[in-house]
Parts: sequence; C-alpha cells; structure tokens
Amino acid sequence: MRELKRVVPAVVAAFCLSAGVAMAGTLDDVKAKGFIQAGVNGELFGFGKPDEKGVWRGLDVDTARAVSAAVFGDADKVKYTPLTAKTRFTALQSGEVDVLTRNATQTLSRDTDLGLDFVQVNYYDGQGFLVPKKLGVKSAKELDGATVCVLPGTTTEQNVADYFRVNKMKMKPVVIESNAELAKAFFAGRCDSLTSDASQLAGIRAVAPAPADYIILPEIISKEPLAPAVRHGDNQWKDIVNYAVLAMIEAEELGITSKNIDEMMTSTDPRVQRFLGLTPGNGKALGLDEKWAYNIVKQVGNYGEVFERNVGVNTTLMIERGLNALWTNGGLMYSPPFK
Amino acid sequence: MKTSAQEKIPFLRDPAKLAILYQFLTLAGVGLLSYYLVHNTLANLERQSISTGFDFLNREASFEIGETLFQYSAADSYGRALAIGFLNTLLVSFIGVILTVILGTLLGIARLSSNWLVAKLSAIYIEVFQDIPILLQLFFWYAFFYEILPSPRQAVSPFAGIFLCNRGLVFGVPFWHEAYKYVFAAFVVACVIVFFLKKWAAKRQAATGQIFPLVRVSLVLLLGLPLITWWLNGAPAAMNVPELSGFNFKGGVTVSPEFTALLLGLVLYTAAFVAEVVRAGIQSVTKGQTEAAMSIGLKQGQVLQLVILPQALRVIVPPLTSQMLNLTKNSSLAVAIGYPDFVSVAGTTINQTGQAIEGVALIMIVYLVFSLSTSAFMNWYNKKIALVER
Repeated sequence: MRELKRVVPAVVAAFCLSAGVAMAGTLDDVKAKGFIQAGVNGELFGFGKPDEKGVWRGLDVDTARAVSAAVFGDADKVKYTPLTAKTRFTALQSGEVDVLTRNATQTLSRDTDLGLDFVQVNYYDGQGFLVPKKLGVKSAKELDGATVCVLPGTTTEQNVADYFRVNKMKMKPVVIESNAELAKAFFAGRCDSLTSDASQLAGIRAVAPAPADYIILPEIISKEPLAPAVRHGDNQWKDIVNYAVLAMIEAEELGITSKNIDEMMTSTDPRVQRFLGLTPGNGKALGLDEKWAYNIVKQVGNYGEVFERNVGVNTTLMIERGLNALWTNGGLMYSPPFK
Repeated sequence: MKTSAQEKIPFLRDPAKLAILYQFLTLAGVGLLSYYLVHNTLANLERQSISTGFDFLNREASFEIGETLFQYSAADSYGRALAIGFLNTLLVSFIGVILTVILGTLLGIARLSSNWLVAKLSAIYIEVFQDIPILLQLFFWYAFFYEILPSPRQAVSPFAGIFLCNRGLVFGVPFWHEAYKYVFAAFVVACVIVFFLKKWAAKRQAATGQIFPLVRVSLVLLLGLPLITWWLNGAPAAMNVPELSGFNFKGGVTVSPEFTALLLGLVLYTAAFVAEVVRAGIQSVTKGQTEAAMSIGLKQGQVLQLVILPQALRVIVPPLTSQMLNLTKNSSLAVAIGYPDFVSVAGTTINQTGQAIEGVALIMIVYLVFSLSTSAFMNWYNKKIALVER
C-alpha cells in the first residue's frame, strides 16, 4: 500500500508535466541527426522511385537532394520514406518526415486546414485521361458512361467527378490504392480510361505492355501545381526549402549549370557573384553556409538539367518543358531576385 | 465481551473495501489517461493549426463511388458517402459470413468423411487456403477476373440476359410491379405459418409420438404462397434486360469483379479455418454417443441433428464467432482491389478533408459496432444452444 501511495501522485504529476512538450526548429533537428528525412512517392517513375540499382531517382528526389546540399553541403544526406497519397500529409504533420517532396498538389484547404505550408512549385501539372487507342475516343467529352480507374486519396477523384458533373456525363470510378495494381487493372481492360496527372499518365504509359496502343486525351481538366511542403509555423525551414527550389530555377536563368559552375566563379556579373556566395549575405540570411546555392547547382544541377534528366524528352517519359519552362521561354518558372 | 463479527476491521485490512478502492483507482487512472490523450491531441492539433470536429460530414463530398446500394452522387454529403461505404462493408461481410459458414461446415464434414478421396481433397484445400496470405488471394482473384474475362463488347453470354465480362456479371431483373409487394407479404405470412406449424408439430410429437413431415410442408408453403400470389396478380414478367450501349451495359444489375473477387477471397480463405473449427467440434463428441443414438433406432440424419450437432455446437460456436469477426475485419482489404468499402470511402474523405483523426475514429467505431453486434448475436445463440444440464 505504501508503494501505491507514493506511485499514484507521481504518475499523475508526470501526465500533467508531459502535456506541453515543445518542438525545436526543423533545421536544428536535421543538423543534429545529420540527415534529412524526405517523404517521396516511391512508385512514380521520373519523380521518386529507386532505379534498378536501388539509387533513388526523380524530380522530387532531386528537390530533396537540393535541400540536403544547401544544409549539409552534401546532396546525399537524405533518407527517403515512400509514402502513399493517403499517408503523406500525416507523415509530415507528425514529424515522421522533415520535408514532403511527393508530387503533392498545392490547394487552399491543404495550405490551411492541414497545418502545412507549400513552397515554390517544382512541377506544373494538370489532370488528363489515358485511353486505349482501340476505344476510338478522341476527346474526354466522349467519355459519357465510362468506367474510370482512379488513384485514391488525391485531388484526382474530386477533379474527375467535377469534370463529369460539369459536362453532364456519368462515370463509374474504380479506386485502387496502389499505382502498380491500378495500372495493371487498366491495361487488362477493367476500365475504359485511367485518370491522373498528365506527368503520371506518361509514366504509366511508359510501362504499358505496348505503350503505342494508348493515347493521352488533349483535355487537361485541372490545375495541379506540384510543390514540396513543410510543417506550418517553422518559417526558417520553409525559407530554406523554398529557396533551395528557387536556386535551381535562378541558376538556369543565370545560365549556371553543374558543368560550368566552376568557370562561373570568376564571373564579374554581380547577380552571379551574389548567387554563388562570392558576395556574401544570402547564406547568412537563410542561416546556411554562403556556398549553399553553389552546392545545390554543383551537386544536383539547375532546374533545366534536373527536368531533362528525370522527365524530359530524352527520357522514356518524353515530357516537353511546356508550363515548366523558364518565364523567359514562355513558361511559369520564375524566381525572385537573389539579393 | 465483543464477538469477532462486531469487531471493527481497519479499512486497509478489509479486502471487500480495498477491492472497491482498487477498482476506483483503476477507473480514475484510465479516466485521467484518456483525458490526457484527448486533451494533448487537441492541444497539438490547435498548435499546428489543423482543424477538428465532425462538421465536414455535412459538406459536399464531390467524389463518385463505384458501387452504391442506394442513390448517391458527387453532390451528396460526406455523411451519405460514408453511409454508402458502411452498407458496402455490411453487404460483403453479411453474404461472406453466410457463405463461409455453409462452405466451412461442408469442408469440415468432408474432412472427416470415410471416403479417402473426399477427406484428402478437403484436407488439401484447407492446408492450401489457410497458408496463403489473404491479400495475395485477393490479388489473385481480382487479376483472375480482369485478365481472363473479355471486354463488354465481347461479353460471354451463357444464358439469354446474362453477360459475363471484365466489368462484372450483368443480368436482367424484373421491373418493379405492384404485385411484388403482395408476393413479399405472402412470403412473410408463410414464414409465420411455418413458425407456428413447427411449434404445433413438436407438441403433437411429444404428446402422441407421431412425426409430422415438417420440412416438405414448409418448403411447399414458403414457395407456393408467394407463387400463387404472383399468379393471382396477373403474373407480371417484364424484365429489365441489360443492353450494350456505348462503353458498357445499360440496365439490369451488375455484380462487379471487385465485389466478386473480395467475396470469393474472403469466403474461400475463412472457410478453411471454419472447416477446422467444425472438425474439432464433431470430433469432440465421443463415438459412444453415435453408437448409443443408433442403438435406440435413430436414422443417420437424426443422429447428426439430435445427438452430435447439439453437443458439437457448444465447441464450435465460440471460435466460429471469432472467424466471423476476422472475415468482417479482413473485408477492409477491399481498398487493395478497388471495392468501395467503408475504409476506402473514409480514406478518400480523410484525404480530401485532411481530418485524419476523425476519419480513423469513425473507422474504429464502425468496426467496433460490427464486431460487438456479431459477438452479441453469437453469444445469444451460444446460450440458446448450450447444453442444458438436467
């Protein structure tokens, strides 16, 4: 009994005390553990998927590597957590990952309700339809009554329902959790059409038994700005992730590539000098080494290099720059000045 | 002089009072822990500016669901969408449990068969289906349906009005007619008559020893009454026959490959376990019981019905309940093969609203309700069939 008398108040006190645990800044956490935990897709070719040797590749993977290069001066200090569309935001909220680079669409409700902050968009996408050629459909407007394969837990389900409602058409969704299983069911003819972001459709078509038998319909039914996300309220970490993405865009605009960056160190252009940290200031403002941007471009590349390497016209995805070209080339990629 | 009963026992040495104290302390501990967890969660959500509450249930769902038991469109609320998911889970679990019990019982009896081939085939079935993970079995059955079956335009039609394709099994159903209301009423009346007939037959048998052919008379009543009603009402026979239009069949009823694959996977898997439960139950009744029953002149069927089963069921029912619960819970694997069950719909809801804690809480409550009601029913049944000691 005496034991009990002593234990009970202690337990009660412990409960009351532990209720208010504070969270340190993500930058300090990351530096303390020595690596960045990045949430990635894991199944999406061109964005986040390990290659046959087990090395992670993709546009989103390179974005995480850019953050690592900025923080540690080494692009390879990243550990990857493959996340499903359903688990991704929870993983970020709960602190399981430090940054989410997993082709997530920025929306108003996600930016507010979910306790997240999205940073600079690293890929402008839009939702489209993939159909077998033999179906004889030329436009999404002819899909009335179609069975449509949809990946769950994305804005995709909502977009496709909206599109069919607006056009007064009926549809039947088949919602399968895994990318691979969904694609298999579609190729076997379970659905008339498969809908997802156009970039994903290209990736799915690339692994089809006969890619030439499938076409992507011309309609793009939604805006899908895919952006990395961080937890709401950690402004320093948000700035770092944001400017890591912007640095790749700015580097492309300044004509700095991973190949010519060392020659660029002798450039007399003040913009280049500020960018590369020769004129200090940017690094200090972010709480990083002055060579942070240099490390990103040197080890990961500028945005154009990253795009072409992962999803560009010379890859199996064969995606044109389109909206993802620099603003000077008619695209949407635009960085504020680095000063 | 005081007797020992009147002597005052100190509070801390009175086991009865201490027991109450301990229970109170435990309760208080659990209460404090729950309060702490809820409070801490809410505080954390507040701090991360994540919105909470169940208001989202009234908001527009704005997503479609592939299979619905009642009218639903994207313009309906999340609450209605979740209700659709709930019914879908209920449907597959209910049919699944019934089929599993039937198949499992047959397999269990077959395994004890004196026929070598039947016993071995049943044993092989049980071993194979028990040992392969249910998720793999579901993938197998689903792939089986969409890989093997042709597209709607080349659908196989084994009988007129029935089509089999990779969109599912499509068949015609009668158009709604007033007469069906009376047919249903006639069926209910037949059920009531059978119920009282059974009581009367048992009473008569107890009094006179005469046996009434209950099964045959019941069958005639249950089938005959509705049929006569249907005929008297003009025998409406117009059918809603499916027709190929555009991409797919219009009209009729479609049983989707997702539903069929899920049902098949769950039933075949769980039946293997039920078969072992049934075998254990039957083997728990000693051979002497059978011999004794036969020696007083009972027929083979009566031996099983009156002697073996009442005793075996006592052993069978509790583990059978747990298998039923397993089937219900395993039905949540539906999300892997695209059947819109409760977990699938709740998952979409969570993703669109971002309210994961509320969504997961709903999932937990729903499965708890399923499990508790199954348990309650089976416990009632178990009490009913429990051996009454005389």
